[in-house]
Amino acid sequence: MSSFKIFDVAGSGLAAQSVRLNTVASNLANADSVSGDPATVYKARHPVFQAVRAALGSLAMPGSSAAVRVSGIVESNAAPTVRNDPGNPLADDQGNVYAPNVNVIEEMTDMISASRAYQDNVEVMNTAKELMLATLKLGNS
Amino acid sequence: MPLNLDAYLGLDPLALQLQSRRMEVLANNLANVDTPNYKAQDIDFRSVLAAAGDTGGALHLSTTSAQHIGSDPTAATSTDLKYRVPLAPSLDGNTVDAQLEQAAFADNTVRYQATLTFLSMRLRDLMTAITGS
Repeated sequence: MSSFKIFDVAGSGLAAQSVRLNTVASNLANADSVSGDPATVYKARHPVFQAVRAALGSLAMPGSSAAVRVSGIVESNAAPTVRNDPGNPLADDQGNVYAPNVNVIEEMTDMISASRAYQDNVEVMNTAKELMLATLKLGNS
Repeated sequence: MPLNLDAYLGLDPLALQLQSRRMEVLANNLANVDTPNYKAQDIDFRSVLAAAGDTGGALHLSTTSAQHIGSDPTAATSTDLKYRVPLAPSLDGNTVDAQLEQAAFADNTVRYQATLTFLSMRLRDLMTAITGS
């Protein structure tokens, strides 16, 4: 029954978007985690999505299924923000602290985008479920 | 006169299968809305159903092995999938337009329900004929 693949596909979308939401939460939580060393400061993390084609495809309909998976989480290599703050206990010899390269506005838009995509996938699942239940009742009334 | 149930139900079972498959393709597009380089796909419903309708006169080749190439019009292959022409392709090479996909999904859902209604009405007609009441 091919309709069950919709749940796999939408489920993979839910999982991927939830990983994205997790990285957003992590980035926002650490947006102000300063460090005295630019090498150890927190770096913004972003998931890399990849389409998985034909992995779910049945023999009857090859290549019809794609799903999405998180192929990895990359750390942004943008330079950390240098802030002169001699009073900070973490400050280095020059009185500088290093703030993470997290762009809070970008993270917020990412969060909205992820949450909308998550909602889309939930809606797909609900609709598919309703249609399958209606199909099961075919001829009963 | 023996009743040919396939002929009686017409193209509706095939349409239901196609709509179910289209739902899957659109779900793929929505799941990959943020995947770089993913190209949105869709089924050209009209042409697939028209091709199936042409051969719908029960003139199927009989196959005696699973290895044979069937002439079953319901066995839609991956060649029926077509790529969508993007209105506004994004920088990461993704051509999924979430709004367009949502609209197509809603459209497909209504069509699926309509086909289900047609099918169940035909079945009810048949039941009326059988029970005679």
